[in-house]
Amino acid sequence: MAAEREPPPLGDGKPTDFEDLEDGEDLFTSTVSTLESSPSSPEPASLPAEDISANSNGPKPAEVVLDDDREDLFAEATEEVSLDSPEREPILSSEPSPAVTPVTPTTPIAPRIESKSMSAPVIFDRSREEIEEAANGDIFDIEIGVSDPEKVGDGMNAYMAYRVTTKTSLSMFSKSEFSVKRRFSDFLGLHSKLASKYLHVGYIVPPAPEKSIVGMTKVKVGKEDSSSTEFVEKRRAALERYLQRTVKHPTLLQDPDLRQFLESSELPRAVNTQALSGAGILRMVNKAADAVNKMTIKMNESDAWFEEKQQQFENLDQQLRKLHVSVEALVCHRKELSANTAAFAKSAAMLGNSEDHTALSRALSQLAEVEEKIDQLHQEQAFADFYMFSELLSDYIRLIAAVKGVFDHRMKCWQKWEDAQITLLKKREAEAKMMVANKPDKIQQAKNEIREWEAKVQQGERDFEQISKTIRKEVGRFEKERVKDFKTVIIKYLESLVQTQQQLIKYWEAFLPEAKAIA
Amino acid sequence: METYAEAGKEGKPSCASVDLQGDSSLQVEISDAVSERDKVKFTVQTKSCLPHFAQTEFSVVRQHEEFIWLHDAYVENEEYAGLIIPPAPPRPDFEASREKLQKLGEGDSSVTREEFAKMKQELEAEYLAIFKKTVAMHEVFLQRLAAHPTLRRDHNFFVFLEYGQDLSVRGKNRKELLGGFLRNIVKSADEALITGMSGLKEVDDFFEHERTFLLEYHTRIRDACLRADRVMRAHKCLADDYIPISAALSSLGTQEVNQLRTSFLKLAELFERLRKLEGRVASDEDLKLSDMLRYYMRDSQAAKDLLYRRLRALADYENANKALDKARTRNREVRPAESHQQLCCQRFERLSDSAKQELMDFKSRRVSSFRKNLIELAELELKHAKASTLILRNTLVALKGEP
Repeated sequence: MAAEREPPPLGDGKPTDFEDLEDGEDLFTSTVSTLESSPSSPEPASLPAEDISANSNGPKPAEVVLDDDREDLFAEATEEVSLDSPEREPILSSEPSPAVTPVTPTTPIAPRIESKSMSAPVIFDRSREEIEEAANGDIFDIEIGVSDPEKVGDGMNAYMAYRVTTKTSLSMFSKSEFSVKRRFSDFLGLHSKLASKYLHVGYIVPPAPEKSIVGMTKVKVGKEDSSSTEFVEKRRAALERYLQRTVKHPTLLQDPDLRQFLESSELPRAVNTQALSGAGILRMVNKAADAVNKMTIKMNESDAWFEEKQQQFENLDQQLRKLHVSVEALVCHRKELSANTAAFAKSAAMLGNSEDHTALSRALSQLAEVEEKIDQLHQEQAFADFYMFSELLSDYIRLIAAVKGVFDHRMKCWQKWEDAQITLLKKREAEAKMMVANKPDKIQQAKNEIREWEAKVQQGERDFEQISKTIRKEVGRFEKERVKDFKTVIIKYLESLVQTQQQLIKYWEAFLPEAKAIA
Repeated sequence: METYAEAGKEGKPSCASVDLQGDSSLQVEISDAVSERDKVKFTVQTKSCLPHFAQTEFSVVRQHEEFIWLHDAYVENEEYAGLIIPPAPPRPDFEASREKLQKLGEGDSSVTREEFAKMKQELEAEYLAIFKKTVAMHEVFLQRLAAHPTLRRDHNFFVFLEYGQDLSVRGKNRKELLGGFLRNIVKSADEALITGMSGLKEVDDFFEHERTFLLEYHTRIRDACLRADRVMRAHKCLADDYIPISAALSSLGTQEVNQLRTSFLKLAELFERLRKLEGRVASDEDLKLSDMLRYYMRDSQAAKDLLYRRLRALADYENANKALDKARTRNREVRPAESHQQLCCQRFERLSDSAKQELMDFKSRRVSSFRKNLIELAELELKHAKASTLILRNTLVALKGEP
């Protein structure tokens, strides 16, 4: 069946990276939905079908990388995006912020140039199709790596520079593999820009890793101990996950700021990200103000879905926090166990040295060696406990905060609409009064204001509906991704536990004959 | 109140630390034990065909202080100076465990009912384990005495085993404890003194070697024991960590509406089972490694004590020689000096002979005990690791298989 099909029009013939068949079911469900939901665009629909057939007959995937799991999400996400695109345009024209969707082609050739005009349809179709193909897992791939932390400068002005490497076959990028050097505040700057553009319209923008004054100070001061290397590694991994999550988002991927971040060799320094800067303090004040406002907004929720979801996320947040605390304790105790095992290994070695019975002495030395190896194992397992399990939980705790933020924005949007309606009512009342008092110039003014506010009410309603729609879609995408993410990490974590146990078996099996040899 | 017999004898830690010759003419065991508020009452059962005893099978109830009395009686007996006196069993100490149970009872509202039940279960198991261990320690002490050809014939031992009434032995009061403490200090000072004594030559290579060996060995085994304890405790801590993790996963699972539901619930189950396995690893390490090290730490101390007594006898002998020489030169009280010197010589030789035998026995006991325990430790570790691998793999298959 696969043999007869033509490859997709813009496919570059690269062998596809398919996920393990374990996710095959997901692929099918998304395909079903796309087939159902896109009656107007037959072309995209045909692609997934081809995909699956190729999947069943094609070669086994050469690599199974975490990144590949993203393909599924795109299948659904971008399909929905293409559906929405005609409705998006009015929003685009009224919003002052730069465009957000693939509909407005920011030309792939010159990513830094923001082009709001509808350029040649060829390019438009190309990028659109590209995303669709990407969605169907054909040629979409973008892999981000954050590596090589390097200390730049000295003393309190020093900072760590990280290498951000992008590997991609997407044509919106000028090269297929490139890397740049970025510092932590650059990442924060990127997030700040993305958040300001997309959060208030309902997109779940992945949060950036947290600042740590203590951790960074140690690094700046130049402490070369294990705690500062650990800190740097923790941060590097967090930055990598942050970027990977951000590029997974089909809308954010299109953003020029993101592309600039990934590609351009020089980036203007984001100063406003400093915790103690004026902007930082303003942020904190705004956050506090928001919190107060949230409490005072009483929204008439017409859609039970939102209430339900909010409650769900609230519960999820609580449970994840609880689990996170317990896992942190686990990491701590495993590290303790490792340290104690190492200490015991040393004293067992010493005991073996003093033992005057030769065979027993040898066995005790062997025991000491086994315990030393086990100490290594415990350390590695603690590493896995942390980087796989614990960090996943803390990432999601912060992601859920972003989700909650998006729901809050919807409430604010509603409030704005509501306020506009109230103001309109007032204006109408004022007009009526003017009519009675018979002041012709004031009446005109009143009528103008009424028109203005009518437009605002309409806009408010449209905004609200748009944000509601976006949120629904985003939450759907988020949940799918969350399921994938958790499942993948859980499996990886369990495999690390299996690995540890197998090593233990190896070590003890090697020791047993030594113990039996004691005569 | 906790009855040892109720607890079930199958789980009794075997007298693995001591290699006892199978001699059936005198068999001693602790058939039951009861833990009351702050004391433990052991039921010591004896089976013997020895003519000395009135019956062939009888039992008495003894408390810890009475064991200590018996031990001290042996130590203070000159006849046994040339023998390694089996170390006294440690005092039953449930303080830590009781405190933990109390803290749990006081309650932490953030803990769910299932978590609470599990934690309580864990603590109760811990309490039971400590209880079993203290019984085993007391039993081993008696069994070693019963197995030793000389020690088993001691009159006090018979009284201990047979006398139906309370031995009216009170625990050492503060003065006596302090006295004991001071005596130890005096002993070490004495030892330092006599070894530094000019003219005191260790004539026997064997003992010279043994002394150097035991001094170093005792320090190192004590160190190893302490550290093994820490490993075991850390392991236990780890196992306990799985309780809240399993509970949190369980709550997460029940709340989820998507595919993660089954994943989380399976994971919760997995951690519950892993917890039990980790707990078993911890307790096996405790029994096979920590306890063994602890026992031989005490036994090596007893061996050191023997060496000290012999050294003391040697010093006495040397002093007697000098006194004799002095008496001979002055030609006064030669006879008493001669007989005193004679006695010292005999005593010293007697001690040396029996000490040699005892120390060789100590070595063979130690070697076979280590061998047994290390083999069992390795086998148990393997068993648990294989069991863990199995349940982990099963869960992985289940997780990968589902949509």
